[in-house]
Amino acid sequence: MTRVTKPDRRDFLKIGATGAAGLVLGFVLPEREKLEAQFNRIPVVNPAAYLHIGTDDSLTFIAPKAEMGQGSLTGLAMLLADELDADWSKLRYEFAPVDPQLYGAVQGVVGSFSIRSYFEPMRRTGATARAMLLEAAAKRWNIGASSLRTENGFVINPANNARLNYGAIAAEAAKLPVPVTVRLKEVKDFKLIRKPIKRLETHDKITGKTKFGIDARLDGMLYAVLERSPVFGGKVLSFDATKAKAVPGVKDVLLIPSATSTSGGRTMTAGGGVAVIAENTWAAMQGRKALDIKWDENGRGAVDSAAITKLFIEKIQQKGVPARSVGNAETALASAAKKLEAVYEAPYLSHAPMEPMNCTAVVRNGGCEVWAPTQMQTFARDLAAQAAGVAPEKVKLNTMFMGGGFGRRGSVDYVGEAVAIAKAAGAPVKLTWSREDDMQHDLYRPASYVKFAGALDAGGWPTAFTAKVASPPFPAVDQNGLARTAVEGIHDIEYGIPNIQVDYHRPDVHVPVTYWRSVGYSQNTFFTESFIDELAAAGGKDPLEFRRRLLKDNPRMLNVLNLAAEKAGWGKAPAGRFQGISVVNNIGSYTAQVAEVSVTNGRLKIHKVTCAVDCGHHVNPATARQQVESGIVYGLTACLKGAITIEKGRVKQSNFHDYEMLRIHEMPAIDTHLVMSTENPGGLGEASTPGIAPAVGNAIFKATGKRLRRMPMRDADLA
Amino acid sequence: MAKVQFILNGKPQTVDASPEMPLLWVVRDMLGLTGTKFGCGMALCGACTVHVNGSAVRSCITPVRGVEGKNVTTIEGLSLDGNHAVQRAWEEIDVPQCGYCQSGQIMQAASLLSKNTKPSDTDIDEAMRGNVCRCGTYSQIRQAVHRAAELQSAQGGKA
Repeated sequence: MTRVTKPDRRDFLKIGATGAAGLVLGFVLPEREKLEAQFNRIPVVNPAAYLHIGTDDSLTFIAPKAEMGQGSLTGLAMLLADELDADWSKLRYEFAPVDPQLYGAVQGVVGSFSIRSYFEPMRRTGATARAMLLEAAAKRWNIGASSLRTENGFVINPANNARLNYGAIAAEAAKLPVPVTVRLKEVKDFKLIRKPIKRLETHDKITGKTKFGIDARLDGMLYAVLERSPVFGGKVLSFDATKAKAVPGVKDVLLIPSATSTSGGRTMTAGGGVAVIAENTWAAMQGRKALDIKWDENGRGAVDSAAITKLFIEKIQQKGVPARSVGNAETALASAAKKLEAVYEAPYLSHAPMEPMNCTAVVRNGGCEVWAPTQMQTFARDLAAQAAGVAPEKVKLNTMFMGGGFGRRGSVDYVGEAVAIAKAAGAPVKLTWSREDDMQHDLYRPASYVKFAGALDAGGWPTAFTAKVASPPFPAVDQNGLARTAVEGIHDIEYGIPNIQVDYHRPDVHVPVTYWRSVGYSQNTFFTESFIDELAAAGGKDPLEFRRRLLKDNPRMLNVLNLAAEKAGWGKAPAGRFQGISVVNNIGSYTAQVAEVSVTNGRLKIHKVTCAVDCGHHVNPATARQQVESGIVYGLTACLKGAITIEKGRVKQSNFHDYEMLRIHEMPAIDTHLVMSTENPGGLGEASTPGIAPAVGNAIFKATGKRLRRMPMRDADLA
Repeated sequence: MAKVQFILNGKPQTVDASPEMPLLWVVRDMLGLTGTKFGCGMALCGACTVHVNGSAVRSCITPVRGVEGKNVTTIEGLSLDGNHAVQRAWEEIDVPQCGYCQSGQIMQAASLLSKNTKPSDTDIDEAMRGNVCRCGTYSQIRQAVHRAAELQSAQGGKA
C-alpha cells in the first residue's frame, strides 16, 4: 500500500525499548484538550518504534498517526529526519500497528494533536538514533564520537573525510545502549523543519496508486452494503429477503447483530442491520433496494427539527449548569447603561468526507484482520474484537489512508459493522457505505441554541457577558452535568470583561453526535464573535478597536488580530466591499481572520479572506498553509450551506444536492500569514474553521446593517 | 449479464456484466483499478471522473453498455508514471491533501486542457465546478491547471 518494500527486519536498527518516563506535554491545556491529551500520551522515546534503518541503507519511518489529508505523515517524518540528519530522499513510510506498549494506550488522530504531541518526542527519537549511529562509527574508527559529524545519512570524520552511510553501521548501532539525554537542534540548524517540504505520498495520490480504505482488495472478497434503521436507535423487527436474493450477483442476505466496545473511556457501537452480500458493490446495492424490512423505530419516529429547537428553548428557561462565573453578571446587567440580548442558532452538520465510510475485514483462525480508514486505531481494533468475538490482541488492524476524516472517523461504527458482516458471511468482506448512508448515519456536529446578554457602560465598553447554551452533550457530561464541548468557544472567551456568566442547559436528543472539525468552536466562535461585534456596534466602537482594548493583556491574541488587520488593510476596503473580523484561540493556536465581502442585488460574494495564525512552532509551512485554507473552506461550507434537518426521526438530506459543498467557483482568495514563533506548537487542522463564519457575518453586517444570527447564512437571509 | 467490449487504458477489455452496471463498479470491483473513486453515485461530486473517447464523464452514472466499443481512460492510464502535464503540475504544486477527489480532479482538468489550451480562471471554474474537494484545495487546483497549461504548451501542445 505504500512505496515501502519490506526487507528482512533482522538486519534493521532495532533500538530496544527503554524505561524512560512517559513524556508529559509541557503546557497547560484547555479543558477538552486535557481529555484528548490522554489519547496522545507517548509512552517512551524508543527509536525502534518509529524508525528502521536497513543494512542496505534503506530508511523507513513508522508513522504512529493515520493520514487523512492533515499532512502529519510528512510533518512527523520531517521532525525525525531532521534530528537524524537523514537523507530525506531515501525516506519511505509505513503506518504503525496498534501497540499500546510502543504508541500509547489509545492511538488516534484527534484534536489537532499529531504534530504538537510529537513535536519533541519525534525529534528526540531522531536525535537518539543519530547519537547511536555516531557512537557506532566512533567505535568502528576507534576515535571519539565528539570529533565526528553527521550529514545527509552519513557519519563523517572531518579529519580525513572518511564517510560511513547509516546502513553500514545500523547493526552495530542497534547493539549500543540508548543514551538517556540527547541534544536537540536549535532553530537555526533545522534543515527540514520550517521548510516547505512536499508531502511524501503526493506521487501516489496523483497517479491513483494510494490505497484508501475503500481500495482494499482481498482474495475471495465479497462486497457488502448494510441497511440500517432509518430512525436512529431503531431495530429490525422482521425482514423478507426473497426479492433481494433474486437480484443477479447477490450471494446472501444476513441479519447483522450490534456490537459495542469501550476503550479509552469511550463507548463505540455498531448498530447492526440487514446486510446484502454480493459479487460486487453495485449488485449489493441493487439487492438492498429489493429488501423488505419492518423496523422498530425506538419511539422516535415522530421527532423533527422543530421539536428539537422547541426542546432547546424549554431547556434554556430551566436552571442550567454553570460553565463559568466571573464577578456578578446579573447585577452588572441590571445596572447597565445599555443592554443587549440576542439568540444564535446552528444546525446539525454531517462531516461528509469525500470517501464514504467503509471497511474490509476477515474473521478466521480465531482472529480477525481489518483494513480500516480510521482516525482511532485503538477504538477500531477494540470494536473489531467485540464484533469478531476475539481478544483485541487477535485483531490485526491495517491503517489505510483516509479520504478525509474531520472527526467522523474518530467513531468506528463502520469497522464493527464490517467485522460483524465478515463473521456472519464466513468470508473476507468489503463493506461500502453509499453517500446516502454516510449522510444519514453519521454522528453529527450537534445543533446548538444560545441566548446571549451583554451590558455596556456609558462609554460603550462591556461590563457583562452572559450566555445560556443548549446543545446535546458528548462525549459525556462531567460530574456537575457540564458538557464542555457544548460551551467551548463561549465560556473560555479571553476578552477582558469584568462580569461573565455562562450556563449549560442539557437537551437529550436521539440523534448521535460527535466531534466535527473544531468541535464546539465550530458554532460557538460564530456566536461569540458575532455577539462581540454586536456589542461593539451598540457601543459605537470599531470592531477592531473594541477587540484590541479588550485583549490588551493578551499578547498572542492581540498580535494575530493586528497582523490580520494590517495585512487585510482594515478600514481600507475597495468601494462596494466590506470587512468583518474575528479572533479565537482554540487547539493551542491563535487565529484572526478578516473577510472581505460584497452584497449586490441580494447576493453575497466573499472576495478575500486574510488569516493570521500563531500556532507556535510550525513544522512545514507548506502543509501549514494548506491546513489553514482547508479549515477556512470547511468553515465556509458550514457558514453558507450546511444544515442537517430531522424529519420523522431521521435525517432528511441524502446527498450533495441537498447538503451542498463549497465549490471552486465560490472559493475566495485566501491570504495566510503564519507568525514565526518558537512557542510550544499548537494544532492547525482545526485552527481556522471557527473564525470564518463570524468574519463573514460581521462583514455582512457592515455591508447591509443586517445581523445574521443563524447558520447557514443564505442569500434569502440578506433581503 | 452481457459481454461488453471496450478499450481500457489502451488495451481491449471484455467484461461479463449487467449492462446497467455503472462503469465505476466495473472498473473498481471487476477490473481492480481502484484509482477511480466512488463519492456520491449521482454525478454530484466528480470523484469518479474518467475519460470516454477523450471527454470527462462521471463513471458512477455511466452504464457499462454505454462504453461498448469506446476508449475508456482512468487515472491509471492517463500517463505511464504520472508524467501527464496535469499530473506534473499537480505534483509540482503539491495539490492533494487527503487526495481522494484528486483522480477525478486530474481527469477533469486533463479533459479541459485537451480542448482549451489556455483556460482563464473563469474557464477553470466552469470546467471544475462539478468536482468537489472537501479539503478545500481549490486555490491549488486553479494554480495547477494554469501550470499544466504552461507545461503542455512548452511541449508543443501535447499533454
